[in-house]
Amino acid sequence: MADAVAAVEIRGVTKRFDEVVAVDDVDLTIADGEFFAMLGPSGCGKTTTLRMIAGLEFPTQGSLRIFGEEVGTLPPNKRPVNTVFQNYALFPHMTVLDNVSFGLRMSGVNKTEARQRAGEMIELVQLDGMAARKPNQLSGGQQQRVALARALVNKPKVLLLDEPLGALDLKLRQEMQTELKSLQRELGVSFVFVTHDQEEALTMSDRIAVMDQGKLLQVGSAEDLYARPASRFVADFIGQTNLIEATVADNNTIVLQNGQRLRAPSPHAAGTAVAMSLRPETIQVGARGSVPAVHEATSLEGVISSASYLGHSMVYEVSIDWIDLEVRTPMVLSEERFAPGSEVAVWWDRRSDWLVAE
Amino acid sequence: MSRPAQLRRGPKWLLGANATLVYLFFYAPIALLVLYSFSDDNLVGRWGGFTLDWYRAFGQNDEVQGALSVSIRVAILSTLISVVLGTMAALSLERYRFRGSRIFDALLYLPIIVPDVTMAVMMLLFFTQFLNVLDAVFGIQMTKGFTTVTLSHIAFSISFVSIVVRARLAGMSADLEEAAQDLYASRWQAFRFVTLPLITPGVVGGALLALTLSLDDVVITQFVSGPGSTTLPVYVFGLIRRGVSPLINAVSVIMLAISIVLVVASLVVQRARGGEPA
Repeated sequence: MADAVAAVEIRGVTKRFDEVVAVDDVDLTIADGEFFAMLGPSGCGKTTTLRMIAGLEFPTQGSLRIFGEEVGTLPPNKRPVNTVFQNYALFPHMTVLDNVSFGLRMSGVNKTEARQRAGEMIELVQLDGMAARKPNQLSGGQQQRVALARALVNKPKVLLLDEPLGALDLKLRQEMQTELKSLQRELGVSFVFVTHDQEEALTMSDRIAVMDQGKLLQVGSAEDLYARPASRFVADFIGQTNLIEATVADNNTIVLQNGQRLRAPSPHAAGTAVAMSLRPETIQVGARGSVPAVHEATSLEGVISSASYLGHSMVYEVSIDWIDLEVRTPMVLSEERFAPGSEVAVWWDRRSDWLVAE
Repeated sequence: MSRPAQLRRGPKWLLGANATLVYLFFYAPIALLVLYSFSDDNLVGRWGGFTLDWYRAFGQNDEVQGALSVSIRVAILSTLISVVLGTMAALSLERYRFRGSRIFDALLYLPIIVPDVTMAVMMLLFFTQFLNVLDAVFGIQMTKGFTTVTLSHIAFSISFVSIVVRARLAGMSADLEEAAQDLYASRWQAFRFVTLPLITPGVVGGALLALTLSLDDVVITQFVSGPGSTTLPVYVFGLIRRGVSPLINAVSVIMLAISIVLVVASLVVQRARGGEPA
């Protein structure tokens, strides 16, 4: 894969709308056959980036290649990509069959063949028997499938999806997640997927790009982003975490705001302000004095301020001098439970914390 | 038995009477007009037995025939041109933001609020000056006539067409045009197969409005018409001043019939529309 041509290669792309910078100097490479998600809060530039790949917006500067070909200012109808729009954008005056065969007809395929191929695609997305219906006679999930079929029937080299599941209810959404994923495996086409839902991105994608305020913050697998976030924003945005402010003392120690020292190997120079990201499920709670000796240097003392029973786990809010930590411990029957007000110690394995400097 | 949703007797009766009065008010004049157009008497409002003479006279009167022909030609030509221009104006205002688009927007609707008489005087002044300039600079001698009438009808129709088309466009998401382009349609194809079929009811409605406005107009036409370019309404207006003959009744009934045919035709066209790329 290393020497293969990238499906999408974005180099130094910036998009300005008048004075607003929507996408700020982004570099991004998406491999052929990859399920790639772009994740971020609304207004972070992920949709604009997708629209630039589709050709619906042109970059203000930078280079954008699709399979090696520079497409920066090529109109959308000249690009080997297709899009599933956020609200599907199905043509209301056409039947499902005409919607799905539209792209083929526009690219010069004759009517008979276009209809036949559209029919096959309609079967693939399990809409047999719906071909003669108009979009407004379909449910949301069915419209979603038409939108998918309408794009895929053209055999795009890259399929772009703009929050495709946003309008569906939870159960349907989970169904479509699995279906999209297996469809992508079957076809082997790169899917580039925009979402603000981190769970969706984590479950479906091979790699995820996290964006905020037009900037690309980090690209990596779900595990990379979860266990090794590059910044406070990513640590906080992906999953839940406790961020503890600290200063680097030396390459093995950090100093917390109350002066307490913790063992935390750090690549940062002494004096750098950092935050330690601790996932709630990596922290353990116990009675004071019960901290195992190996974890002595990665422990804190506090008081339980709230405890909630979630069935499979207990969630404690532990207040430690100046901060509150969230702790999530799996429910093991034998394990001791703590009531609010209990004086406890918390500790974690020194491999499970992670320092972010930005 | 209590039926709270039912109106009591008194109000129900009043409501019926009101409806009857309103319809009477609307349609009694029309009924009278149609009736007297078949009256065999030289006075407009006196019944003298049934006759088709006035319609025969309509068919034989060269002046009326000429005016009708002018009216129809002006209406069709001005409608065609104003529909194209009005639709284009609507598309540009609704889909693009450009320098001065808001000013253009406001100016486009000015002809709707300007009173007919003012519009007529403006047109007259403009054409007089324009024809003078044409003569002085290019040596082209032109008088007011068919062209000036058609141009002024186009001028006041564009605004109406563009309002109707815009209302339709506003309800149509721009996503659809993007989706068409994403599916390999050129801009023209996206317009032809997606935008146009979806705004057709608006365009037909606008065309109908333009046609009706053009066929109806008296004031502006009278100011800018010249010899040989008298339209039917202007001719009728002239007849009244010269002394009324029941011929007017027949002419009016025919104009009414044309309007009704137009309305029905537009409804049929809008229903029959299906869309599919050819």
